[in-house]
Amino acid sequence: MISVRNLVKHYGEVKAVNGISFTIRKGEITGLLGPNGAGKTTTLRILTGYLQPTSGIVSVDEFLVDENPIEIKKRIGYLPESAPLYPDMMVYDFLQFMADIRQIYDKEKIKDIAIQCGITEVMHKNINELSKGYKQRVGLAQAILHDPEILILDEPTNGLDPNQIVEIRDLIKELGKEKTVILSTHILQEVEATCNRVIIIDKGAIVADDSTSELKSASGKDIRINCIIGGVTFDAIQDALKNLQGIKLVQHIRDAGQLCHIQILTEASVDLRPAVFNCIKDNGWTLYEMTREYRSLEHVFRELTVGV
Amino acid sequence: MEQFKDIMKGAMLIAKKELAGYFSTPIGYIVISVFLVIAGFLFFSTFFLYGQAELRAYFELLPLLFAFVIPAITMRLFSEERNTGSFEMLMTLPLSTVQVVTGKVIAATVFASIMVAPTLVYAVSVAFVGSLDVGPVIGGYLGAVLLAASYASIGVFASSMTKNQIVAFIIGFAICIVLSLITKFLYFISPKIVSLFEYISADYHFQNIARGVVDSRNIIYFTSVIVLSSMASIYQLEVRR
Ligand SMILES: Nc1ncnc2c1ncn2[C@@H]1O[C@H](COP(=O)(O)OP(=O)(O)OP(=O)(O)O)[C@@H](O)[C@H]1O
Ligand SMILES: [Mg+2]
Repeated sequence: MISVRNLVKHYGEVKAVNGISFTIRKGEITGLLGPNGAGKTTTLRILTGYLQPTSGIVSVDEFLVDENPIEIKKRIGYLPESAPLYPDMMVYDFLQFMADIRQIYDKEKIKDIAIQCGITEVMHKNINELSKGYKQRVGLAQAILHDPEILILDEPTNGLDPNQIVEIRDLIKELGKEKTVILSTHILQEVEATCNRVIIIDKGAIVADDSTSELKSASGKDIRINCIIGGVTFDAIQDALKNLQGIKLVQHIRDAGQLCHIQILTEASVDLRPAVFNCIKDNGWTLYEMTREYRSLEHVFRELTVGV
Repeated sequence: MEQFKDIMKGAMLIAKKELAGYFSTPIGYIVISVFLVIAGFLFFSTFFLYGQAELRAYFELLPLLFAFVIPAITMRLFSEERNTGSFEMLMTLPLSTVQVVTGKVIAATVFASIMVAPTLVYAVSVAFVGSLDVGPVIGGYLGAVLLAASYASIGVFASSMTKNQIVAFIIGFAICIVLSLITKFLYFISPKIVSLFEYISADYHFQNIARGVVDSRNIIYFTSVIVLSSMASIYQLEVRR
Protein backbone atom coordinates (compact mmCIF):
# COMPACT_ATOMS: atom_id res chain seq x y z
CA MET A 1 0.00 0.00 0.00
CA ILE A 2 1.27 3.42 -0.94
CA SER A 3 0.27 6.40 1.10
CA VAL A 4 0.98 10.01 0.23
CA ARG A 5 0.10 12.77 2.67
CA ASN A 6 0.16 16.49 1.90
CA LEU A 7 2.98 16.22 -0.55
CA VAL A 8 4.58 19.53 -1.49
CA LYS A 9 7.52 20.10 -3.80
CA HIS A 10 8.85 23.49 -4.74
CA TYR A 11 11.71 24.09 -7.14
CA GLY A 12 12.75 27.50 -5.98
CA GLU A 13 9.79 29.65 -6.92
CA VAL A 14 8.03 26.97 -8.94
CA LYS A 15 5.40 25.12 -6.97
CA ALA A 16 5.43 21.84 -8.86
CA VAL A 17 3.37 19.87 -6.35
CA ASN A 18 1.07 21.60 -3.95
CA GLY A 19 -0.36 19.40 -1.23
CA ILE A 20 -1.26 16.10 -2.86
CA SER A 21 -2.71 13.24 -0.81
CA PHE A 22 -3.80 9.81 -1.94
CA THR A 23 -3.68 6.19 -0.94
CA ILE A 24 -3.17 3.37 -3.35
CA ARG A 25 -4.26 -0.09 -2.38
CA LYS A 26 -2.62 -3.27 -3.53
CA GLY A 27 -3.65 -4.52 -6.94
CA GLU A 28 -4.90 -1.25 -8.36
CA ILE A 29 -3.81 0.21 -11.66
CA THR A 30 -3.90 3.92 -11.11
CA GLY A 31 -3.51 6.47 -13.85
CA LEU A 32 -2.01 9.82 -13.02
CA LEU A 33 -3.48 12.13 -15.59
CA GLY A 34 -2.77 15.77 -16.17
CA PRO A 35 -1.64 18.36 -18.70
CA ASN A 36 2.04 19.17 -19.30
CA GLY A 37 3.72 20.57 -16.23
CA ALA A 38 0.96 19.37 -13.90
CA GLY A 39 3.43 17.72 -11.58
CA LYS A 40 3.05 14.06 -12.54
CA THR A 41 6.74 13.34 -13.00
CA THR A 42 7.61 15.27 -9.86
CA THR A 43 5.11 13.22 -7.84
CA LEU A 44 6.44 9.93 -9.20
CA ARG A 45 10.03 10.98 -8.58
CA ILE A 46 9.20 11.61 -4.96
CA LEU A 47 7.46 8.23 -4.66
CA THR A 48 10.59 6.48 -5.92
CA GLY A 49 12.82 8.39 -3.52
CA TYR A 50 14.69 10.18 -6.29
CA LEU A 51 13.50 13.61 -5.20
CA GLN A 52 13.11 14.82 -1.69
CA PRO A 53 9.78 16.52 -1.03
CA THR A 54 9.68 20.03 0.38
CA SER A 55 7.20 18.62 2.87
CA GLY A 56 4.80 15.74 3.21
CA ILE A 57 4.96 12.06 3.98
CA VAL A 58 5.30 9.16 1.59
CA SER A 59 5.16 5.60 2.79
CA VAL A 60 5.16 2.20 1.14
CA ASP A 61 3.84 -0.64 3.28
CA GLU A 62 5.34 0.07 6.69
CA PHE A 63 8.35 2.00 5.37
CA LEU A 64 8.80 5.74 5.10
CA VAL A 65 10.60 6.90 1.96
CA ASP A 66 13.01 9.16 3.81
CA GLU A 67 13.81 6.62 6.51
CA ASN A 68 14.08 3.40 4.60
CA PRO A 69 14.74 4.30 0.98
CA ILE A 70 16.55 1.06 0.15
CA GLU A 71 13.72 -1.18 1.36
CA ILE A 72 11.28 0.82 -0.74
CA LYS A 73 13.51 0.84 -3.80
CA LYS A 74 13.70 -2.95 -3.63
CA ARG A 75 9.91 -3.14 -3.87
CA ILE A 76 9.57 -0.69 -6.72
CA GLY A 77 10.15 -1.11 -10.43
CA TYR A 78 10.50 2.30 -12.02
CA LEU A 79 10.43 3.45 -15.60
CA PRO A 80 11.50 7.10 -15.58
CA GLU A 81 10.15 9.54 -18.14
CA SER A 82 11.81 9.03 -21.56
CA ALA A 83 13.64 5.97 -20.19
CA PRO A 84 17.16 7.24 -19.59
CA LEU A 85 19.44 4.20 -19.87
CA TYR A 86 23.18 3.76 -20.23
CA PRO A 87 23.75 4.63 -23.89
CA ASP A 88 27.14 2.93 -24.21
CA MET A 89 25.99 -0.40 -22.83
CA MET A 90 24.73 -3.36 -24.76
CA VAL A 91 21.11 -4.19 -23.94
CA TYR A 92 22.04 -7.59 -22.58
CA ASP A 93 24.86 -6.23 -20.42
CA PHE A 94 22.58 -3.52 -19.14
CA LEU A 95 19.91 -5.98 -18.07
CA GLN A 96 22.56 -8.24 -16.57
CA PHE A 97 23.87 -5.26 -14.58
CA MET A 98 20.37 -4.49 -13.34
CA ALA A 99 19.83 -8.16 -12.47
CA ASP A 100 23.08 -8.23 -10.48
CA ILE A 101 22.05 -5.18 -8.49
CA ARG A 102 18.60 -6.64 -7.89
CA GLN A 103 20.32 -9.86 -6.87
CA ILE A 104 18.61 -11.99 -9.47
CA TYR A 105 20.79 -14.94 -10.33
CA ASP A 106 18.33 -16.85 -12.50
CA LYS A 107 19.76 -16.68 -16.03
CA GLU A 108 16.41 -17.53 -17.58
CA LYS A 109 14.83 -14.45 -16.06
CA ILE A 110 16.45 -12.01 -18.49
CA LYS A 111 15.41 -14.18 -21.43
CA ASP A 112 11.82 -14.34 -20.23
CA ILE A 113 11.64 -10.63 -19.71
CA ALA A 114 13.18 -10.00 -23.14
CA ILE A 115 10.46 -12.09 -24.74
CA GLN A 116 7.77 -10.40 -22.68
CA CYS A 117 8.92 -6.94 -23.73
CA GLY A 118 9.71 -7.90 -27.31
CA ILE A 119 13.39 -7.02 -27.25
CA THR A 120 14.98 -10.37 -28.08
CA GLU A 121 16.28 -9.11 -31.44
CA VAL A 122 18.07 -6.11 -29.95
CA MET A 123 19.75 -7.82 -27.00
CA HIS A 124 23.18 -7.50 -28.58
CA LYS A 125 22.84 -3.95 -29.79
CA ASN A 126 24.18 -0.92 -28.04
CA ILE A 127 21.47 1.09 -26.34
CA ASN A 128 22.38 4.27 -28.23
CA GLU A 129 21.61 2.45 -31.49
CA LEU A 130 18.05 1.66 -30.47
CA SER A 131 14.98 3.50 -31.67
CA LYS A 132 12.97 5.42 -29.08
CA GLY A 133 10.35 2.71 -28.84
CA TYR A 134 12.90 -0.02 -28.24
CA LYS A 135 14.60 2.07 -25.60
CA GLN A 136 11.24 2.42 -23.93
CA ARG A 137 10.81 -1.34 -24.00
CA VAL A 138 14.25 -1.94 -22.51
CA GLY A 139 13.32 0.57 -19.81
CA LEU A 140 10.18 -1.39 -19.12
CA ALA A 141 12.12 -4.67 -19.06
CA GLN A 142 14.45 -3.19 -16.48
CA ALA A 143 11.48 -2.08 -14.39
CA ILE A 144 9.82 -5.50 -14.21
CA LEU A 145 13.00 -7.58 -14.02
CA HIS A 146 12.78 -8.20 -10.29
CA ASP A 147 9.05 -8.86 -10.15
CA PRO A 148 8.43 -5.76 -8.05
CA GLU A 149 5.29 -5.42 -5.97
CA ILE A 150 4.95 -1.87 -7.16
CA LEU A 151 5.42 -0.61 -10.69
CA ILE A 152 5.81 3.08 -11.32
CA LEU A 153 5.71 3.99 -14.99
CA ASP A 154 6.14 7.54 -16.22
CA GLU A 155 4.48 7.69 -19.65
CA PRO A 156 5.10 4.03 -20.44
CA THR A 157 3.79 4.02 -24.01
CA ASN A 158 5.57 7.20 -25.02
CA GLY A 159 7.18 6.67 -28.42
CA LEU A 160 5.76 3.24 -29.10
CA ASP A 161 4.06 2.22 -32.33
CA PRO A 162 0.32 1.40 -32.23
CA ASN A 163 0.86 -2.38 -32.13
CA GLN A 164 3.34 -2.07 -29.36
CA ILE A 165 1.07 0.28 -27.44
CA VAL A 166 -1.62 -2.39 -27.42
CA GLU A 167 0.89 -5.04 -26.36
CA ILE A 168 2.35 -2.93 -23.59
CA ARG A 169 -1.08 -1.96 -22.30
CA ASP A 170 -2.04 -5.63 -22.21
CA LEU A 171 1.20 -6.36 -20.41
CA ILE A 172 0.48 -3.62 -17.87
CA LYS A 173 -3.03 -4.98 -17.34
CA GLU A 174 -1.63 -8.46 -16.89
CA LEU A 175 0.96 -7.21 -14.41
CA GLY A 176 -1.72 -5.20 -12.66
CA LYS A 177 -3.51 -8.38 -11.62
CA GLU A 178 -0.85 -9.08 -9.02
CA LYS A 179 0.97 -5.80 -8.66
CA THR A 180 0.20 -2.26 -7.77
CA VAL A 181 0.74 -0.07 -10.80
CA ILE A 182 0.92 3.70 -11.03
CA LEU A 183 1.33 5.17 -14.46
CA SER A 184 1.32 8.71 -15.71
CA THR A 185 0.07 9.75 -19.09
CA HIS A 186 -1.65 12.49 -21.06
CA ILE A 187 -3.38 9.92 -23.20
CA LEU A 188 -6.96 9.53 -22.07
CA GLN A 189 -7.58 6.34 -23.99
CA GLU A 190 -4.66 4.86 -22.14
CA VAL A 191 -6.34 5.47 -18.83
CA GLU A 192 -9.66 4.19 -20.14
CA ALA A 193 -7.99 1.10 -21.54
CA THR A 194 -5.76 0.16 -18.65
CA CYS A 195 -6.57 1.85 -15.37
CA ASN A 196 -9.23 1.13 -12.83
CA ARG A 197 -8.60 4.38 -11.07
CA VAL A 198 -7.76 7.88 -12.25
CA ILE A 199 -6.16 10.70 -10.35
CA ILE A 200 -6.32 13.88 -12.37
CA ILE A 201 -3.85 16.53 -11.32
CA ASP A 202 -3.54 20.06 -12.51
CA LYS A 203 -1.09 22.73 -11.41
CA GLY A 204 0.22 20.51 -8.65
CA ALA A 205 -3.12 19.69 -7.06
CA ILE A 206 -5.57 16.81 -7.36
CA VAL A 207 -8.75 17.84 -9.18
CA ALA A 208 -10.35 14.42 -9.38
CA ASP A 209 -9.72 11.02 -7.86
CA ASP A 210 -12.16 8.27 -8.68
CA SER A 211 -12.62 4.97 -10.44
CA THR A 212 -12.49 5.30 -14.21
CA SER A 213 -16.11 4.25 -14.74
CA GLU A 214 -17.39 6.44 -11.93
CA LEU A 215 -15.66 9.48 -13.32
CA LYS A 216 -17.15 8.99 -16.75
CA SER A 217 -20.70 8.43 -15.61
CA ALA A 218 -20.66 11.31 -13.17
CA SER A 219 -24.11 12.84 -13.60
CA GLY A 220 -25.24 16.43 -13.56
CA LYS A 221 -24.11 17.13 -17.07
CA ASP A 222 -26.10 17.15 -20.27
CA ILE A 223 -26.33 14.24 -22.63
CA ARG A 224 -26.12 14.92 -26.33
CA ILE A 225 -27.94 13.10 -29.09
CA ASN A 226 -26.73 13.63 -32.63
CA CYS A 227 -29.18 13.03 -35.49
CA ILE A 228 -29.00 13.24 -39.25
CA ILE A 229 -32.48 13.62 -40.72
CA GLY A 230 -33.56 13.81 -44.33
CA GLY A 231 -36.46 15.59 -46.09
CA VAL A 232 -36.99 18.44 -43.69
CA THR A 233 -35.63 21.84 -42.67
CA PHE A 234 -34.07 22.58 -39.34
CA ASP A 235 -36.85 24.94 -38.31
CA ALA A 236 -39.48 22.24 -38.78
CA ILE A 237 -37.48 19.78 -36.73
CA GLN A 238 -36.95 22.30 -33.99
CA ASP A 239 -40.70 23.03 -33.82
CA ALA A 240 -41.57 19.36 -33.62
CA LEU A 241 -38.98 18.48 -30.97
CA LYS A 242 -39.65 21.48 -28.78
CA ASN A 243 -42.74 19.83 -27.38
CA LEU A 244 -40.91 16.77 -26.06
CA GLN A 245 -40.37 16.54 -22.32
CA GLY A 246 -36.76 16.77 -21.16
CA ILE A 247 -35.26 18.49 -24.15
CA LYS A 248 -33.18 21.49 -23.28
CA LEU A 249 -31.90 22.65 -26.61
CA VAL A 250 -31.88 21.68 -30.26
CA GLN A 251 -28.85 22.86 -32.18
CA HIS A 252 -28.28 23.03 -35.90
CA ILE A 253 -24.93 21.57 -36.76
CA ARG A 254 -24.98 21.73 -40.59
CA ASP A 255 -26.92 20.96 -43.72
CA ALA A 256 -25.42 18.47 -46.12
CA GLY A 257 -27.51 18.41 -49.30
CA GLN A 258 -30.90 17.07 -48.36
CA LEU A 259 -29.68 16.06 -44.92
CA CYS A 260 -29.91 18.09 -41.79
CA HIS A 261 -27.48 17.39 -38.97
CA ILE A 262 -28.69 18.37 -35.49
CA GLN A 263 -27.62 17.96 -31.92
CA ILE A 264 -30.10 17.64 -29.06
CA LEU A 265 -29.13 18.44 -25.49
CA THR A 266 -31.21 16.57 -22.95
CA GLU A 267 -31.20 16.14 -19.24
CA ALA A 268 -28.99 13.34 -18.03
CA SER A 269 -31.76 11.52 -16.16
CA VAL A 270 -33.82 10.49 -19.22
CA ASP A 271 -33.02 8.64 -22.37
CA LEU A 272 -34.93 10.51 -25.08
CA ARG A 273 -33.82 8.43 -28.02
CA PRO A 274 -37.15 6.54 -28.40
CA ALA A 275 -39.14 9.75 -28.16
CA VAL A 276 -36.98 11.50 -30.74
CA PHE A 277 -37.21 8.52 -33.05
CA ASN A 278 -41.00 8.38 -32.79
CA CYS A 279 -41.32 12.08 -33.43
CA ILE A 280 -39.28 11.78 -36.63
CA LYS A 281 -41.22 8.75 -37.77
CA ASP A 282 -44.61 10.34 -37.04
CA ASN A 283 -43.69 13.37 -39.14
CA GLY A 284 -42.70 11.14 -42.04
CA TRP A 285 -39.07 12.23 -42.13
CA THR A 286 -36.20 9.86 -42.71
CA LEU A 287 -33.71 9.16 -39.97
CA TYR A 288 -30.25 8.51 -41.39
CA GLU A 289 -28.30 8.39 -38.17
CA MET A 290 -28.81 8.75 -34.44
CA THR A 291 -26.03 8.50 -31.86
CA ARG A 292 -25.82 9.28 -28.19
CA GLU A 293 -22.62 10.96 -27.06
CA TYR A 294 -21.29 9.47 -23.91
CA ARG A 295 -19.44 11.70 -21.59
CA SER A 296 -15.88 10.72 -22.35
CA LEU A 297 -12.94 11.03 -20.07
CA GLU A 298 -11.82 13.69 -22.48
CA HIS A 299 -14.79 15.83 -21.52
CA VAL A 300 -14.13 15.29 -17.86
CA PHE A 301 -10.48 16.10 -18.31
CA ARG A 302 -11.17 19.32 -20.17
CA GLU A 303 -13.82 20.38 -17.70
CA LEU A 304 -11.49 19.88 -14.79
CA THR A 305 -8.31 21.30 -16.24
CA VAL A 306 -9.48 24.11 -18.50
CA GLY A 307 -13.06 24.51 -17.36
CA VAL A 308 -14.95 23.95 -20.64
CA MET B 1 31.77 -7.06 8.99
CA GLU B 2 28.76 -8.64 7.33
CA GLN B 3 27.50 -5.16 6.64
CA PHE B 4 30.82 -4.13 5.12
CA LYS B 5 30.68 -7.13 2.80
CA ASP B 6 27.18 -6.11 1.67
CA ILE B 7 28.29 -2.56 0.99
CA MET B 8 31.31 -3.74 -0.98
CA LYS B 9 29.20 -6.16 -3.00
CA GLY B 10 27.06 -3.32 -4.33
CA ALA B 11 30.07 -1.05 -4.78
CA MET B 12 31.90 -3.70 -6.80
CA LEU B 13 28.94 -4.03 -9.18
CA ILE B 14 29.13 -0.30 -9.88
CA ALA B 15 32.92 -0.49 -10.15
CA LYS B 16 32.75 -3.36 -12.61
CA LYS B 17 30.27 -1.55 -14.80
CA GLU B 18 32.26 1.69 -14.80
CA LEU B 19 35.52 -0.10 -15.52
CA ALA B 20 33.95 -1.89 -18.47
CA GLY B 21 32.64 1.52 -19.52
CA TYR B 22 36.18 2.90 -19.72
CA PHE B 23 37.14 0.30 -22.26
CA SER B 24 33.92 0.30 -24.27
CA THR B 25 34.80 3.63 -25.89
CA PRO B 26 38.12 4.86 -27.31
CA ILE B 27 38.45 7.45 -24.52
CA GLY B 28 39.97 4.96 -22.07
CA TYR B 29 42.65 3.91 -24.52
CA ILE B 30 43.38 7.49 -25.49
CA VAL B 31 43.91 8.54 -21.86
CA ILE B 32 46.20 5.59 -21.23
CA SER B 33 48.22 6.32 -24.37
CA VAL B 34 48.64 9.99 -23.56
CA PHE B 35 49.76 9.14 -20.04
CA LEU B 36 52.26 6.54 -21.21
CA VAL B 37 53.74 8.85 -23.82
CA ILE B 38 54.32 11.60 -21.28
CA ALA B 39 55.57 9.23 -18.60
CA GLY B 40 57.86 7.58 -21.13
CA PHE B 41 59.22 10.94 -22.16
CA LEU B 42 59.95 11.85 -18.54
CA PHE B 43 61.71 8.59 -17.97
CA PHE B 44 63.72 8.36 -21.15
CA SER B 45 64.76 12.00 -21.17
CA THR B 46 66.76 11.46 -17.97
CA PHE B 47 67.85 8.13 -19.31
CA PHE B 48 69.36 9.49 -22.51
CA LEU B 49 70.18 13.06 -21.53
CA TYR B 50 71.95 12.32 -18.31
CA GLY B 51 72.75 8.70 -18.89
CA GLN B 52 71.05 7.93 -15.61
CA ALA B 53 68.89 4.89 -15.27
CA GLU B 54 66.48 5.82 -12.56
CA LEU B 55 62.82 6.42 -11.88
CA ARG B 56 63.24 9.58 -9.84
CA ALA B 57 62.26 12.12 -12.47
CA TYR B 58 59.22 10.06 -13.29
CA PHE B 59 58.02 9.83 -9.71
CA GLU B 60 58.90 13.47 -9.08
CA LEU B 61 56.47 14.60 -11.74
CA LEU B 62 53.84 11.95 -11.22
CA PRO B 63 51.64 14.08 -8.89
CA LEU B 64 51.54 16.80 -11.53
CA LEU B 65 50.73 14.29 -14.24
CA PHE B 66 48.01 12.72 -12.11
CA ALA B 67 46.52 16.14 -11.31
CA PHE B 68 45.89 16.46 -15.00
CA VAL B 69 45.02 12.92 -16.06
CA ILE B 70 42.93 11.67 -13.16
CA PRO B 71 40.27 14.41 -13.24
CA ALA B 72 39.97 13.56 -16.93
CA ILE B 73 39.31 9.96 -15.95
CA THR B 74 36.72 10.84 -13.32
CA MET B 75 34.96 13.79 -14.94
CA ARG B 76 32.29 11.69 -16.61
CA LEU B 77 31.45 9.45 -13.67
CA PHE B 78 28.56 11.51 -12.31
CA SER B 79 28.34 14.42 -14.74
CA GLU B 80 27.48 12.19 -17.66
CA GLU B 81 24.79 10.42 -15.65
CA ARG B 82 23.27 13.72 -14.61
CA ASN B 83 23.42 14.90 -18.19
CA THR B 84 21.84 11.87 -19.86
CA GLY B 85 19.35 11.34 -17.04
CA SER B 86 20.56 7.84 -16.17
CA PHE B 87 21.33 9.38 -12.79
CA GLU B 88 17.63 9.06 -11.98
CA MET B 89 17.71 5.35 -12.62
CA LEU B 90 20.94 4.92 -10.67
CA MET B 91 19.49 6.75 -7.69
CA THR B 92 16.32 4.67 -7.67
CA LEU B 93 18.18 1.37 -7.55
CA PRO B 94 18.41 -0.33 -4.18
CA LEU B 95 21.94 0.94 -3.62
CA SER B 96 23.10 3.42 -1.03
CA THR B 97 24.98 6.56 -2.01
CA VAL B 98 27.97 5.12 -0.13
CA GLN B 99 27.97 2.14 -2.48
CA VAL B 100 27.60 4.25 -5.59
CA VAL B 101 30.39 6.67 -4.68
CA THR B 102 32.72 3.91 -3.46
CA GLY B 103 32.13 1.95 -6.65
CA LYS B 104 32.98 4.89 -8.85
CA VAL B 105 36.12 5.75 -6.88
CA ILE B 106 37.26 2.13 -7.08
CA ALA B 107 36.66 2.04 -10.83
CA ALA B 108 38.71 5.19 -11.42
CA THR B 109 41.50 3.95 -9.12
CA VAL B 110 41.70 0.59 -10.82
CA PHE B 111 41.68 2.27 -14.21
CA ALA B 112 44.52 4.58 -13.12
CA SER B 113 46.45 1.57 -11.83
CA ILE B 114 46.00 -0.20 -15.16
CA MET B 115 47.25 2.97 -16.79
CA VAL B 116 50.36 3.12 -14.60
CA ALA B 117 51.17 -0.61 -14.66
CA PRO B 118 52.98 -0.60 -18.05
CA THR B 119 55.55 1.84 -16.61
CA LEU B 120 56.88 -1.08 -14.57
CA VAL B 121 58.72 -1.82 -17.78
CA TYR B 122 60.86 1.22 -17.02
CA ALA B 123 61.75 -0.22 -13.65
CA VAL B 124 62.72 -3.47 -15.32
CA SER B 125 64.84 -1.67 -17.90
CA VAL B 126 66.59 0.23 -15.13
CA ALA B 127 67.31 -3.08 -13.44
CA PHE B 128 68.94 -4.32 -16.64
CA VAL B 129 71.08 -1.26 -17.22
CA GLY B 130 72.14 -0.28 -13.78
CA SER B 131 71.40 -1.22 -10.24
CA LEU B 132 67.81 -0.99 -9.12
CA ASP B 133 66.98 0.01 -5.61
CA VAL B 134 63.87 -2.07 -4.94
CA GLY B 135 62.59 -0.08 -1.95
CA PRO B 136 61.80 3.17 -3.78
CA VAL B 137 60.20 1.26 -6.65
CA ILE B 138 57.82 -0.57 -4.36
CA GLY B 139 57.21 2.67 -2.43
CA GLY B 140 56.74 4.61 -5.64
CA TYR B 141 54.11 2.29 -6.99
CA LEU B 142 52.33 1.94 -3.67
CA GLY B 143 52.35 5.73 -3.40
CA ALA B 144 51.11 6.01 -6.98
CA VAL B 145 48.07 3.87 -6.18
CA LEU B 146 47.31 5.87 -3.01
CA LEU B 147 47.75 9.12 -4.89
CA ALA B 148 45.55 7.87 -7.71
CA ALA B 149 42.83 6.85 -5.26
CA SER B 150 43.00 10.26 -3.55
CA TYR B 151 42.80 12.23 -6.78
CA ALA B 152 40.09 9.89 -8.04
CA SER B 153 38.00 10.65 -4.93
CA ILE B 154 38.51 14.35 -5.51
CA GLY B 155 37.64 13.98 -9.18
CA VAL B 156 34.51 12.00 -8.37
CA PHE B 157 33.47 14.73 -5.97
CA ALA B 158 33.98 17.35 -8.69
CA SER B 159 31.91 15.22 -11.04
CA SER B 160 29.12 14.87 -8.49
CA MET B 161 28.68 18.64 -8.43
CA THR B 162 27.83 19.35 -12.04
CA LYS B 163 26.31 17.88 -15.16
CA ASN B 164 29.01 19.52 -17.25
CA GLN B 165 32.06 17.28 -17.68
CA ILE B 166 34.36 20.15 -18.57
CA VAL B 167 33.42 22.00 -15.40
CA ALA B 168 33.94 18.78 -13.43
CA PHE B 169 37.40 18.43 -14.96
CA ILE B 170 38.35 22.01 -14.15
CA ILE B 171 37.21 21.74 -10.53
CA GLY B 172 39.01 18.43 -10.05
CA PHE B 173 42.14 19.70 -11.76
CA ALA B 174 42.17 22.88 -9.68
CA ILE B 175 42.04 20.97 -6.38
CA CYS B 176 44.57 18.34 -7.43
CA ILE B 177 47.04 20.83 -8.87
CA VAL B 178 47.03 22.76 -5.60
CA LEU B 179 47.68 19.56 -3.64
CA SER B 180 50.47 18.69 -6.07
CA LEU B 181 52.24 22.03 -6.17
CA ILE B 182 51.65 23.60 -2.78
CA THR B 183 55.07 22.59 -1.41
CA LYS B 184 56.79 24.13 -4.43
CA PHE B 185 55.91 27.54 -3.12
CA LEU B 186 57.30 26.94 0.32
CA TYR B 187 60.28 29.22 -0.28
CA PHE B 188 57.97 32.19 -0.07
CA ILE B 189 56.38 31.14 3.14
CA SER B 190 57.51 31.65 6.68
CA PRO B 191 59.07 28.47 8.07
CA LYS B 192 56.52 28.34 10.85
CA ILE B 193 53.68 27.27 8.64
CA VAL B 194 55.75 25.17 6.28
CA SER B 195 54.92 22.00 8.11
CA LEU B 196 51.24 22.78 7.87
CA PHE B 197 51.55 23.22 4.12
CA GLU B 198 53.59 20.07 3.94
CA TYR B 199 50.90 18.25 5.75
CA ILE B 200 48.19 19.19 3.29
CA SER B 201 50.41 18.61 0.26
CA ALA B 202 49.78 15.36 -1.56
CA ASP B 203 53.13 15.74 -3.27
CA TYR B 204 54.99 15.82 0.03
CA HIS B 205 53.37 12.62 1.27
CA PHE B 206 53.81 10.92 -2.05
CA GLN B 207 57.50 11.80 -2.29
CA ASN B 208 58.01 10.42 1.21
CA ILE B 209 56.53 7.09 0.27
CA ALA B 210 58.35 7.12 -3.08
CA ARG B 211 61.66 7.34 -1.23
CA GLY B 212 60.83 3.97 0.17
CA VAL B 213 59.95 5.13 3.66
CA VAL B 214 56.36 4.35 4.43
CA ASP B 215 55.27 6.35 7.42
CA SER B 216 51.83 5.93 8.98
CA ARG B 217 51.34 9.69 8.68
CA ASN B 218 51.49 9.43 4.91
CA ILE B 219 49.01 6.58 4.87
CA ILE B 220 46.70 8.50 7.21
CA TYR B 221 46.91 11.53 4.93
CA PHE B 222 45.82 9.66 1.82
CA THR B 223 43.12 7.78 3.68
CA SER B 224 41.77 11.08 5.01
CA VAL B 225 41.67 12.63 1.55
CA ILE B 226 39.82 9.61 0.17
CA VAL B 227 37.32 9.48 3.02
CA LEU B 228 36.66 13.24 3.13
CA SER B 229 36.23 13.60 -0.62
CA SER B 230 33.95 10.59 -0.77
CA MET B 231 31.87 12.01 2.06
CA ALA B 232 31.62 15.27 0.16
CA SER B 233 30.39 13.36 -2.91
CA ILE B 234 27.84 11.48 -0.84
CA TYR B 235 26.66 14.78 0.59
CA GLN B 236 26.26 16.16 -2.93
CA LEU B 237 24.12 13.19 -3.95
CA GLU B 238 22.00 13.25 -0.82
CA VAL B 239 21.37 16.96 -0.66
CA ARG B 240 20.88 17.91 -4.26
CA ARG B 241 17.63 16.12 -4.94
N1 LIG C 1 14.35 20.24 -11.96
C1 LIG C 1 13.42 21.20 -12.03
N2 LIG C 1 13.73 22.47 -11.74
C2 LIG C 1 12.80 23.45 -11.79
N3 LIG C 1 11.52 23.26 -12.13
C3 LIG C 1 11.13 22.02 -12.44
C4 LIG C 1 12.06 20.92 -12.42
N4 LIG C 1 11.40 19.80 -12.78
C5 LIG C 1 10.13 20.17 -13.02
N5 LIG C 1 9.95 21.51 -12.82
C6 LIG C 1 8.68 22.25 -12.95
O1 LIG C 1 7.71 21.63 -12.14
C7 LIG C 1 6.46 21.60 -12.78
C8 LIG C 1 5.95 20.18 -12.85
O2 LIG C 1 6.77 19.42 -13.70
P1 LIG C 1 6.57 17.87 -13.97
O3 LIG C 1 7.73 17.42 -14.78
O4 LIG C 1 6.30 17.19 -12.70
O5 LIG C 1 5.26 17.88 -14.87
P2 LIG C 1 4.54 16.68 -15.64
O6 LIG C 1 3.17 16.62 -15.14
O7 LIG C 1 5.35 15.45 -15.54
O8 LIG C 1 4.56 17.22 -17.13
P3 LIG C 1 4.70 16.44 -18.51
O9 LIG C 1 3.36 15.94 -18.85
O10 LIG C 1 5.14 17.50 -19.47
O11 LIG C 1 5.72 15.35 -18.35
C9 LIG C 1 6.67 22.25 -14.14
O12 LIG C 1 6.23 23.58 -14.05
C10 LIG C 1 8.14 22.18 -14.37
O13 LIG C 1 8.57 23.26 -15.12
MG1 LIG D 1 6.27 14.22 -16.88
